[in-house]
Amino acid sequence: MDIIISGLLLGGTYALMAMGLNLQYGVARIMNLANGEMLVLGALAAFTFYVSVQLSPLLTMFIVAPAAFLLNWLIYRFLLRPLVRRAKNQGQLEVDSILATFGMSFALVGVMVSIQGGYFTYSFLADPFSILGTTVALNRLIAFILAVIIGLALYLWLHHSRPGMAVRAVAVSSDASKLVGINVSRVSALAFALGGAITAVGGTLISTFITLDASIGVIFTMKALIIVIMGGVGDIRGAIIAAAILGLVETAVASLIDPGLTLAAAYLIFLLVLLFRPQGLFGRRAT
Amino acid sequence: MNRRNFVAAAAKTVAAAGMAALLAGTALAADTIKLGAVAPKTGPLAGGSTVTHWPSIQLWVKQTNDKGGLKLKDGQKMIELIEYDDKTDPGEHIKAVQRAITQDEVDFLIAPYGTGFNVAVAPIYAKYGYPQIAVTSISDLIGELTERYPGLFFTLGDTTSFVNGVKDILVKMRDDGVIGNKVAMVNVADAFGIELAEVARPVFTEAGFDIVYDKSYPLGTPDLSPVVKGAKAANPDAFVAWSYPPDTFAITEQAAIENLDVKAFYTAVATAFPAYGGKFGSKINGVLGAGGVNPDTPAIAEYRKAHKDIMGQEPDYWASANTYASMQILGQAIEAVGSTDREAVTQYLKENEFDTIMGPIAFDEQVSNRFWTVGQWQDGVFRGVASSNIDGAVPVIAKSGWE
Repeated sequence: MDIIISGLLLGGTYALMAMGLNLQYGVARIMNLANGEMLVLGALAAFTFYVSVQLSPLLTMFIVAPAAFLLNWLIYRFLLRPLVRRAKNQGQLEVDSILATFGMSFALVGVMVSIQGGYFTYSFLADPFSILGTTVALNRLIAFILAVIIGLALYLWLHHSRPGMAVRAVAVSSDASKLVGINVSRVSALAFALGGAITAVGGTLISTFITLDASIGVIFTMKALIIVIMGGVGDIRGAIIAAAILGLVETAVASLIDPGLTLAAAYLIFLLVLLFRPQGLFGRRAT
Repeated sequence: MNRRNFVAAAAKTVAAAGMAALLAGTALAADTIKLGAVAPKTGPLAGGSTVTHWPSIQLWVKQTNDKGGLKLKDGQKMIELIEYDDKTDPGEHIKAVQRAITQDEVDFLIAPYGTGFNVAVAPIYAKYGYPQIAVTSISDLIGELTERYPGLFFTLGDTTSFVNGVKDILVKMRDDGVIGNKVAMVNVADAFGIELAEVARPVFTEAGFDIVYDKSYPLGTPDLSPVVKGAKAANPDAFVAWSYPPDTFAITEQAAIENLDVKAFYTAVATAFPAYGGKFGSKINGVLGAGGVNPDTPAIAEYRKAHKDIMGQEPDYWASANTYASMQILGQAIEAVGSTDREAVTQYLKENEFDTIMGPIAFDEQVSNRFWTVGQWQDGVFRGVASSNIDGAVPVIAKSGWE
């Protein structure tokens, strides 16, 4: 029971890291290597507002979401759309976007270092909370609940609304979407901006229980990448389920075998998925 | 003026201006002492170096320049500090050091941040004859390294004395009847954590302690609750974590949440950071950690105040002071020699005693034996409770709960 609850909470954290990237990569076809930095930016906002004016991260979230949406929309509009236009095929776009966002990640690190070079660490709701006999941290629980809400809302929006359907259509085939009258360029910008906003909000929530610093983004990018690829590119359910599996396995290994083997276990599952289901848990086989 | 003429004229102007700047630069260079500093400003170690390393160096340079610089035989000279970010990457670091030596032609180098980096650059410093006063570098290979590199100095102790400091505190608490024999020990699976754990196992066992939980966890583990739960289930009297900054924060937070109620609770690096006190407030009263200072001596109090006023942030309660002291040592040696003769300065470092904010420091076989090993949060201040040859340690107190 202990393991299941702690594992699910960790899975929620992972889902927060990966849902945004899934949208950006799955729909806008941008392999965003600055994903982790966007997350850390959300954390920096939470830290700064908390330390300077004691604003609860749960409120900061509502500032971060629109700001990150706008920032990511601008990034897509002015930095990435030229790459999309220029690209002859998806492979070229991926290479170009990897290079462009890799460079962007350094710029973002530089900006954040100039604001706060040390650790973003503060205490917010670091209180014990008991569910079914297991003690968990309240801040982790809240992040988990919000991860579930965000994930659910995203799922419903994607599957039960017209713009959501357009987003899914672009994820399946951008060429065919154009033929049925979807403004692919606008939908892509929307997906990229929405993905960035979700990632930044994830950072705001994660900063309440993980100590971050300006340079730590790359670790989150890596984890998000693993989850997105494991879950299947462009499917939000895949990312959430992959995140939950990873959280459960890591917690089980740490509790039952040895905490030193968590990383090894995570990569083992990743390897197994790549071997037996290379398109990811929910991915479509490439045609 | 047509466009081509304009471009040519503009180019000439720029070239002339550049030349003038270059000449001015050379003229200025003769009047300054150049110090090169290479350390992380980004990357995994940046969070620590921006607390402990950079501000103390910048503070000393600023204070020295405000007084007119260093007094040499041919007059007083200002210090020019040349900083490079190594991105916490050994390859970048070595490139930057070589650039500082060959391009910038710095007179002296400030030793880097972190044990690994100090060991990695020792051959280059030695090759070009630069003295290296290492601060944030703790290893049991000190004897071997100082023998191989005659310009390498250590100021923060070795791994064994670091572990012995913790053991002595635990033994004392046991003798006083505060704790029993059972110790839970965890470590981060990284060079520093692994070395400490390996040294600690026999040291604790020989001191009669029973290690009831002994696990490592990977660097950057996002959830340490299984580790803390496991340690708690072993029902220990004392908890020791050989941890790094992000996990030091995470372990402490989990211990409070799980109510790991031990009378002796120790976390290693970053326990001495002001951010640690800022994050946990009164919850961490009685927490033991690596480092310590005696903030009540006038010299340290003055340093801490200047650090806060001038650099706009508090120093840590450990190696910040050692870093500043290492700059004082270098400055005093340069002044005493009266020139930038690196060989003479190295020789002077070996043979003389220096007046620092931590008291007089002299090197015995290139190693200073004045350093703090264990500190404890007591009423909002992290005070030294165990040291090597420094007075002013306060008695250790038992931790009572997390409220």
